[in-house]
Amino acid sequence: MIPELGYISLTIALGLSILLCIYPLWGAYTNNLRLMRAAPALALGQCVFVFLSYAALVYASLTDDFTLVYVASNSSSSLPWYYKITSTWGGHEGAMLLWVVMQAGWTALVSISSKSLPWPLRARVLGVLGFLGVGFMVYTLLMSSPFESLLPYYPVEGHDLNPLLQDPGMIIHPPLLYMGYVGLSVTFSFAIAALLTGKLDNTWAKWSRPWTIAAWLFLTLGIALGSWWAYSELGWGGWWFWDPVENASLMPWLIATALLHSLAVTEKRGVFKSWTVLLAIAGFSFSLLGTFIVRSGVLVSVHAFTTDPGRGMFILGFLAIVVGGSLALYAMRASKVNSAGRYRLFSREVALWCNNILLCVATLIVMLGTLLPLVHKELGMGSISIGEPFFNEMFSYLLVPFAFILGIAPLLRWKQNKFNALQSKLALVAIISIVITGAWLYSSYDFVAPITFMAVLLAVWVFVSTLFDIVEKTTKQTSITLGLKQLTNSYWAMVSGHIGFACVVMSVALTSAYSVERDVRMHPGEQVQLNGYEYHFDGIKEIIGANYTGHAAVVSVHSEGEKVAELHAEKRRYNVGMQFMTEAAIDASLARDLYVALGEQLNDGAWALRIYHKPYIRWMWLGGLIMAFAGLLILLDKRYRGTSSAEQRQSGKIKTVPSAEVQL
Amino acid sequence: MNPRRKKRMMTVLAVVFGLGTAVALVLYALEGNINLFYTPTELVEGKGPEKQKPFVGQKLRIGGMVVPGSVQRDQDSLHVEFKLMDTGPTVKIIYQGILPDLFREGQGIVAQGKLIAPNTIEAFEVLAKHDEKYMPPEVAEAVKGIKHEKPVYNTVKGDS
Repeated sequence: MIPELGYISLTIALGLSILLCIYPLWGAYTNNLRLMRAAPALALGQCVFVFLSYAALVYASLTDDFTLVYVASNSSSSLPWYYKITSTWGGHEGAMLLWVVMQAGWTALVSISSKSLPWPLRARVLGVLGFLGVGFMVYTLLMSSPFESLLPYYPVEGHDLNPLLQDPGMIIHPPLLYMGYVGLSVTFSFAIAALLTGKLDNTWAKWSRPWTIAAWLFLTLGIALGSWWAYSELGWGGWWFWDPVENASLMPWLIATALLHSLAVTEKRGVFKSWTVLLAIAGFSFSLLGTFIVRSGVLVSVHAFTTDPGRGMFILGFLAIVVGGSLALYAMRASKVNSAGRYRLFSREVALWCNNILLCVATLIVMLGTLLPLVHKELGMGSISIGEPFFNEMFSYLLVPFAFILGIAPLLRWKQNKFNALQSKLALVAIISIVITGAWLYSSYDFVAPITFMAVLLAVWVFVSTLFDIVEKTTKQTSITLGLKQLTNSYWAMVSGHIGFACVVMSVALTSAYSVERDVRMHPGEQVQLNGYEYHFDGIKEIIGANYTGHAAVVSVHSEGEKVAELHAEKRRYNVGMQFMTEAAIDASLARDLYVALGEQLNDGAWALRIYHKPYIRWMWLGGLIMAFAGLLILLDKRYRGTSSAEQRQSGKIKTVPSAEVQL
Repeated sequence: MNPRRKKRMMTVLAVVFGLGTAVALVLYALEGNINLFYTPTELVEGKGPEKQKPFVGQKLRIGGMVVPGSVQRDQDSLHVEFKLMDTGPTVKIIYQGILPDLFREGQGIVAQGKLIAPNTIEAFEVLAKHDEKYMPPEVAEAVKGIKHEKPVYNTVKGDS
């Protein structure tokens, strides 16, 4: 009964979003205020029914309703209640419904917090969001309904949730990523609405910016969390695989990063307008492309979502409509957009332009590496795979100019700069960076590869130049406290974003260069030395969990005679699916991770163990968090707060779009 | 040329030069990192209409089913050898390290490595998918002879 209600309310929501797509857009076209005014109510109504529908699925999962194909394949009665909830997005159909939920949620949020927008624009933004909602709802209802029934013959027990997904990190990873993907649709809608209205100005950039930043924030967190999850769950210490699904999330992130820099230029200086619009369109298009890659199964990946050509074709069709339509509109309207400002070669505008170009090139490279195997296969040239070294190599090339310019850009002024004025500063920063990097690396390691030195140097360069800029800005004032006070939130956001990036680069460089990894064969009682740590294999004990049984290897780690940690590396066997899972044991610290994973049992009582020493790996995810914090800082900025505090409370954690009056 | 045109000219030149370098670098990096996929039959009898065989020393990927009873472990190291097959001849895989959780005899796996003899591969990576229903699509194609065969065996229609 409840699942049927879920299906029906999703159908009602589809009806409402079809209206949301037609009424406001038609109203805006014919300048009919009454039609336009229908938009917010429709947006809210659609949101309510989508949430009801999702609640029905959660209810079915919690009550072990195995008459549903979805629940039977993704849950089981012995699953703890919280995993029963997360199982609603553990499979394809449920994940799509979650996507629809997010889409409806963002749409409602936009409708609530866009009160200060002029009606034609507001109606168009909501109409475009409604159109996107229609696409995803039709897809969910027709191609991948989680409410499909198995009646009259249904199993008494479910198939269980994939054990890999039974992890706290996995509870929030997909929702975060979807928030990001779908959040980019808001930016997209703003861009399309602005193109339709024909008014692309600083105000447009100002409205789009907080939404873009919110989406980027979620994407950043989602990607960092996914990488951390892969590291701790997949059992072999990898943190990024250049897997198609990871690439699918990286591409929108890269574009969104370019977009938020370009939006800053458009907002502050009124230039790059048509470029910014193009990026806004590209950002969401890459989200859709990512969905296509993940959902269609054209590319096989670790994430192994089911392949279904019909689903792929639908998303490809939708992608073609969205991208084709928006690019056609762009082609018609963008020529009318004038960028007024002038700037010289040596200016902050050009530095940010370089940032954008490099990020776009990075995106294209990821796209090339991800889609080339597909094209190759479809052309009948056989299956190929593109190895990780390709991506690593390309990203190393790109990092050099990117980080170099990143270090200079904050020191540059808008419009133009005399090179001589900066020359001595840059030389000073460069010398300090080289000294720090050299002292650090050569005192800690016997061997320093040129590429490692380069990467760490670039990270330090970004770090030093950022600090240098803060010091310079604060000491200009009469007192340091006064100087610090005068720095804005968005300045601190830039600092935090750049420092976070430096942390990630540093961590990737050092982990890649100095990780020590050993697969060993050990009997209980034996020990092995690795990087100054002694690993004692104390023995194997049996473990029994809620829905699994297994073994845990007890490994105590000693350093200089003292016990540092006792690690329990588990090998679990899940009762329902009979699947095996490696649960690595990690002793984490800022300077290094000690990582032990249990392999299979070999003959004569020996076990295969995987022992890793990973220096500075925590900084990768810490850097991600620091970057994400930058987004939060901007969202908290006064400039992006709404007109009334009541409105702000309503809109929850995402700050409202700035009003037209409070233009500072 | 007036200064503005000159500036534009320079910008265009810079963009062309940048693009050129980028494309060259990408192609160069791609060249060394494209790994062709073979099934055991293709490896032994040649791939495609030209019956192209890989040369010894080539990096490649191979996917097939682990032949039951073929897994042999070394007594005092992590050295392991096993045979892979699809519809025809078998190919030997040599691997040093820990096999993935879902590695089983009779299961589909993908190995990545170097061809060290006409039908022996030294693998540096062995992948079994996280999904117990998984069969490499290329293998599914080879075994079933049908393109886009949905690799799901269980009776319940569902997803991972």
